[in-house]
Amino acid sequence: MTSNYRSWPMILALGVVTIPLVLMYVYLFVDTVTNTAPGSVVPHEFTGEHWRFLWETLPGRPSIYVATLNTFVFATATTLIVLAISSTAGYAISRLNVPFRAFFLAGVMVLHAFPTVTLIIAIFLILQFIGLYNTLIGVILVKAALELPFGIWIMKGFYDTVPWEIEMAGIQDGASRLTVWRKLVLPQVMPAVMALGIFSFLAGWSEFILPLVLAPDNKVQVLSVYLAALIADDNNFDMALFKSVGVFYVVPVIIMFLFFQGKLMSIYGGGTKG
Amino acid sequence: MRILLDQFTKSFGRLTVINKMDLEINDGEMIALLGPSGCGKSTTLFAICGIHRVSGGRILFGGKDVSNIPSQQRNVGVVFQSYALYPHLTVAENIGFPLMIRKESKAEIARKVDEIAELVHIGNLLERRPAQLSGGQQQRVALARALVRKPDVLLLDEPLANLDAKLRLEMRSEIRRIQLETGITAVLVTHDQVEAMSMCDRIAIMNEGRIVQIAEPMEMYKNPVSDFVAGFLGNPPIAFVDGVVTDGQFVTASGAMAVSLPFNDGARERKIRLGIRPEFFGPGGAQPVAGKITFVEAQGRETLYDVALEDGQILRSIQTATNTATVGEKVNWGIDVENILLFDEDGVRL
Ligand SMILES: Nc1ncnc2c1ncn2[C@@H]1O[C@H](COP(=O)(O)OP(=O)(O)O)[C@@H](O)[C@H]1O
Ligand SMILES: [Mg+2]
Repeated sequence: MTSNYRSWPMILALGVVTIPLVLMYVYLFVDTVTNTAPGSVVPHEFTGEHWRFLWETLPGRPSIYVATLNTFVFATATTLIVLAISSTAGYAISRLNVPFRAFFLAGVMVLHAFPTVTLIIAIFLILQFIGLYNTLIGVILVKAALELPFGIWIMKGFYDTVPWEIEMAGIQDGASRLTVWRKLVLPQVMPAVMALGIFSFLAGWSEFILPLVLAPDNKVQVLSVYLAALIADDNNFDMALFKSVGVFYVVPVIIMFLFFQGKLMSIYGGGTKG
Repeated sequence: MRILLDQFTKSFGRLTVINKMDLEINDGEMIALLGPSGCGKSTTLFAICGIHRVSGGRILFGGKDVSNIPSQQRNVGVVFQSYALYPHLTVAENIGFPLMIRKESKAEIARKVDEIAELVHIGNLLERRPAQLSGGQQQRVALARALVRKPDVLLLDEPLANLDAKLRLEMRSEIRRIQLETGITAVLVTHDQVEAMSMCDRIAIMNEGRIVQIAEPMEMYKNPVSDFVAGFLGNPPIAFVDGVVTDGQFVTASGAMAVSLPFNDGARERKIRLGIRPEFFGPGGAQPVAGKITFVEAQGRETLYDVALEDGQILRSIQTATNTATVGEKVNWGIDVENILLFDEDGVRL
């Protein structure tokens, strides 16, 4: 690689600015496998005890594996619902002559602007009333519903960029509208679907307030609530344990990022201009 | 297949774009829908292929009324102005798409795709994606895709508009060659009179949603029914001169041009409009008018001249490049009155 400016001053400057962040991450990790005497910054012994939550269930807490599975189910199910509805609703709003389209679009935007917290009491009451309080299904539905406005908007925007003629050509070639959507239009918006999927999954993975209020029981607890409960527990306060669980919590996210970053970058870019 | 539009009407809401159009397209013929932008050419085309529902009248393929048959079942091949290739599929998959929808076998699809690719000369591009093709190649793929399932009629919506000048020339003859080789009935929509004249058996010229004249290209050029048609065909365009005629003597309001016409409507003064094509005005013409050259455009083999009469009225002339007249020169060129087109004050041919 050649560049027309020297890069080391920039790297140096960025490095200096980043050092505090890097140190934080390094200590986060180091603290999970060592013990440090009070008042010291250098650890004095290695230990595995902070990761004990992996092989024993902490008192009063659900198993970490139950919590992980719950989180995974929660994030995946939300993502699937968001993808299924956004990819179809976005298409409908972009292409079909839906009545009250402008009103609907504005409405969707306003809905998204609503802070979740302002709705949570009402949602709590509704879930309790229909018997979905303290269930994964209930909190999944709520999370998906709150993510949907954003998803629909993103998908509509991408559908808008797919040329109208491509669909007409598909119809002329004998395909039904559904086939045209599935075989010709959807592939053009695949990058959006992938991105939306990843964002929804991450949003689900890190969601805290909804599961905390709507599904706090041990059976259905997710990792964020599990983690928060650790630090809120004044009787067994253990900072290193808390950090270990935190690291455990972000590992899947990092793996997912490593796996998808190549894909997201290499997603085929369309265009037919010649 | 013979296509018939019978009192075809199309409105969008309260705006009636096409009102009671009759058009007959013969089997195996290539017809041009020619007209200015916005006159309803594409609307007519989209009604034939079924993208637009007709608001009134009927569309018949052969003897069959297809007005209410959905696009998918009409068996019409369409080439869109933007080609509308499927960017995520290879050329072979693009061409094979209509066959895949019909659930034909893989081997059958491959055979037909190869055959049609051969016809449009893109046999070596089958594995590429549309983004890797030039404009002309994309055009050929679009043609192949439209033709691969042997449609009853081929519709082309401004197929050459997105090509550069050289490719346009090449694709003009290519499209015609392919149409003749397949013997398919074809409708070409264009606003370019050169395309219409050079590619088609007949031209239907449209204005404001109506067909003004249908004729073979040369016939239409020689015998336009109105000044609109005369002005639309021919490059460089025809020059119009308004004036009055009395006893066969024509004179413009300013008196800058006076010629005697082979047209006599008696002693009564009558408003009239002359249409003078550039090839009928020049040094050899019978009836001279005085003017000054204001513009010269050398085109190689021929040279175009704009000549301004005393009152500023412009006449155009096209001559072989041997003429050496220059801008500013006073000339006394003549008009070949036998070949002048005459229109009444409403533009109707006399
Ligand atoms: N979907 C539509 N809705 C409303 N008006 C339309 C629609 N399509 C075309 N028009 C109008 O119909 C007229 C003819 O359009 P078109 O057939 O596209 O013209 P062209 O001869 O340039 O192809 C134009 O005035 C255009 O504004
Ligand atoms: Mg058009």
